[in-house]
Amino acid sequence: MKKTRDVVISVVLIAALLGVLRYMELHISPQSQWAMLLTVLKKGSIYALVAVSMNLLNGFTGLFSLGQAGFMMIGAYTYGILTIPVAQRANVYMYYQGGIVQFALPSILGIVLGGIAAAAFAFLIGIPVLRLKSDYLAIATLGFAEIMKVVFMWDSLGPLTNGSNMLREYPTFKTILYPFIVSGICIAIIVMLINSTYGRAFKAIRDDEIAAEAMGINLAHHKRIAFTVSSFFAGISGALLAMYQTNVQAKSYNSAMTYEILLIVVIGGIGSITGSVISSFLFIACSEWVLRFLDETHRIGEFTVPLMRSGFRKVVFSIIIMVIVLFFRQGIMGTREFSISGIINRLTGKSKKSKGGDSNA
Amino acid sequence: MRENVLKVENVTMQFGGVIAVDNMNLLVNEKEIVSLIGPNGAGKTTAFNVITGVYAPTNGAVYFRGQKIVENHPQGKMRKLYKGENNGKYTGVLSPTPDRITSLGIARTFQNIRLWKSQTVFDNVLIAKHLRRTSNLFTATFHLNGAEEARMRRETEELLEILELSDVRDELATSLPYGKQRRLEIARAMATKPSLLLLDEPAAGMNPQETDELTAFIGRLRDEFGLTIFMIEHHMDLVMEISDRIYVLDFGKGIAEGVPEEIQNNPRVIEAYLGGAIDE
Amino acid sequence: MDWLSRNLPYLLAGISVGGQYALIAIGYTMVYGILRLINFAHGDIFMVAGLIMVYASASMPMYLSIPLVIVVTVLIGFLVERVAYKPLRQAPRMSVMISAIGVSYLLQNLALYITGGLAQQYPQIPWISDQVLVFGASTKRVTVITPFLTVVLVILLVLLIKKTKIGMAMRAASKDFETSQLMGIKINSVISMTFIIGSFLAAVGSLLFFSNYTSVTPTVGTLPGLKAFVAAVFGGIGSIPGALVGAFIIGICENLVMLLNQYVSFDISNFKDAFAFALLIIILFFKPTGLFGEKQTDKV
Repeated sequence: MKKTRDVVISVVLIAALLGVLRYMELHISPQSQWAMLLTVLKKGSIYALVAVSMNLLNGFTGLFSLGQAGFMMIGAYTYGILTIPVAQRANVYMYYQGGIVQFALPSILGIVLGGIAAAAFAFLIGIPVLRLKSDYLAIATLGFAEIMKVVFMWDSLGPLTNGSNMLREYPTFKTILYPFIVSGICIAIIVMLINSTYGRAFKAIRDDEIAAEAMGINLAHHKRIAFTVSSFFAGISGALLAMYQTNVQAKSYNSAMTYEILLIVVIGGIGSITGSVISSFLFIACSEWVLRFLDETHRIGEFTVPLMRSGFRKVVFSIIIMVIVLFFRQGIMGTREFSISGIINRLTGKSKKSKGGDSNA
Repeated sequence: MRENVLKVENVTMQFGGVIAVDNMNLLVNEKEIVSLIGPNGAGKTTAFNVITGVYAPTNGAVYFRGQKIVENHPQGKMRKLYKGENNGKYTGVLSPTPDRITSLGIARTFQNIRLWKSQTVFDNVLIAKHLRRTSNLFTATFHLNGAEEARMRRETEELLEILELSDVRDELATSLPYGKQRRLEIARAMATKPSLLLLDEPAAGMNPQETDELTAFIGRLRDEFGLTIFMIEHHMDLVMEISDRIYVLDFGKGIAEGVPEEIQNNPRVIEAYLGGAIDE
Repeated sequence: MDWLSRNLPYLLAGISVGGQYALIAIGYTMVYGILRLINFAHGDIFMVAGLIMVYASASMPMYLSIPLVIVVTVLIGFLVERVAYKPLRQAPRMSVMISAIGVSYLLQNLALYITGGLAQQYPQIPWISDQVLVFGASTKRVTVITPFLTVVLVILLVLLIKKTKIGMAMRAASKDFETSQLMGIKINSVISMTFIIGSFLAAVGSLLFFSNYTSVTPTVGTLPGLKAFVAAVFGGIGSIPGALVGAFIIGICENLVMLLNQYVSFDISNFKDAFAFALLIIILFFKPTGLFGEKQTDKV
């Protein structure tokens, strides 16, 4: 009964959210100062997905991987390569006689294949890399992302990847609802995975590998699952990012991008899904919108406010991040989750034991 | 004659220049309670780690119910060994990783308690149920394994009930007092449905009353649950009361073997170990 | 002779850049040896050293700006450790690594702010930037002196570690952090000293490196930093001679890729930068402890 109530509330809230988004999209004019809000929401929803996928690895399985940008790039390229309309190919691949792919798949199929391609690469790279311990894994995945970047820009692969030129002219999304729905579904699947028996095994590996192995959890197998699934969703978010940015270029998927995603996860709380989602929107809002004023020169009468000029925003931003990393290591949410039923219970004064759940849940 | 469950054959474990276990041989029969005792640093835990596949031994082999589970060959050779038998099917573990050995029905606890720290008591046991799942990644993620999930949770409740941990089921595992943490480790090991249970100092840090309860409980494990038990323990009262047989290890070497009375009267054992302990 | 003058520059460049990587790699390997931390910010310290040189040389003569670069870089390295790593001494390793990434992000953004995102031209340092002829091949003098300078600095460093009291403390701390603390070693000054030495060598490395590659951008430190780390891993992390050997191997092999590029029909010059990482994945697969590393076993 309680479960039905929660489902009903969730459905209503999701419908309301989508309705509000659609309303905003239709009524905010591109010239208004609120237009930035739409940008933040679009990009934020995409970053939320990749942050959650990174959290699945770093927060829930305890694998410190820094390959996220590389897997996004694979997803973005797969999407671009497969969906550019045939008529546009000669134009996009102008240095490579139109390229070798001469068909175009529907957009949604391209997204899914983007995820699958990233997952396939992750599966292969995971065979050597996942045997490594924490920081070696970090550097090896980071190195892998660098190699992939070079491979994608390689001139000899130009007919496929367009070399160091960008991919463009592929279908993009027309409405803000698109990234929200795709990301939402993907995050929901990750949450379901984390709450399943596999997700529990991941947490056991995170807490104590040796004990997990002694209790019959096959480390290699489960780490590979976490790594592959995480990369699958990173690939999907890469495809979405490609749609959002309307072009793909390998060099923008660099280690700084991975660091940003990692910092989002840290700010949200390592091990909290809702934390990652909230912090994605906050992070994008701060870096794209709210702190913009720091980049502009301000004058109060004769007095010019010192320091404030182009680039200052990012400095302030990184200092805020350092403060969070040093003094608020739990991030916004710690390992807790934000839940509607939790809030309702608190409002109605019912206190429920937070963890363990009811035995027939 | 009862079937032998565990056979350790000529196992030597060497770390650099240190020989932690030196040519050890031992047998554990079905439904026996066998103890492994010896002074600190005698190599008892190392022996456990060899049996459970944490370390590959320098020499020797370990058999579980007649099947070789651990041996000293490098992995490549071992692979070949198993591939040839039974029309190319792997009859046993391919390489002695701990999880495969656990899946055969050997479960253990740890001397320096290794519970999953951020998990509740209930989840610690529930996670160990993962081994015997029939669901796969897909069915588990999309919650199509409701019946199995319900069964896992029911069995977990039952185990907590048996080990008298139901009242603390929602507490964090690490917030429990020492004695309860040790009991939780046993509950977790039992969740993997073993037929042989390896207990590494189950009574360490327990008060006399808890130790008495544990003694009774280990007896129940055998009588009611049909488990075979092999344990390392320093508590001599406990060891002498419930062990069918005892092995004594000193400086990695087995120095004595026998029923409790024999061990108590064995001069070598008294010299190596019990001399101090009897004075207590 | 023609063959030699065509191919020798690649080898010289390889040895030279290898020496520069080695100077950075020592900073990584020493910090990792003691703190078990990949100091992601180390490459950015190297970049900052380059920027300081750009600005210092604009306002003062060379004989002042070179010492200034070294002193300020050492100071920054010291401060980074005190502010960003020391408070996290008891925290999980992941937190410290994240803090290092945060520092890296901060230094890059700071550099972006100060430079306005424009690549800065590195000054010509007299004498070492001059052109010289080696076996008929023309190159900068820095290319020739780098390997010698590197080896001399490494020998001095090894002597420092072997013979002095602080060196002994460092060795003790890298063997067993907790015990050496109990034995009365002032662990914080040992760690500070490690960062000071690491930053000093990074500053020297930056003087040499940027005399060859004369443009300084905010992200210029990332790639040499990562490669130097790979060199440290390749040589066996914690081992100073290992870092030296690893760095020279990576530097030379990278330039051999460029050499090979002349002879193959398709362009492989891009793979110069990927080489180090391919090497890393291979070495970690076959010998995770590196060439000179010690084997470690987890205690159960």
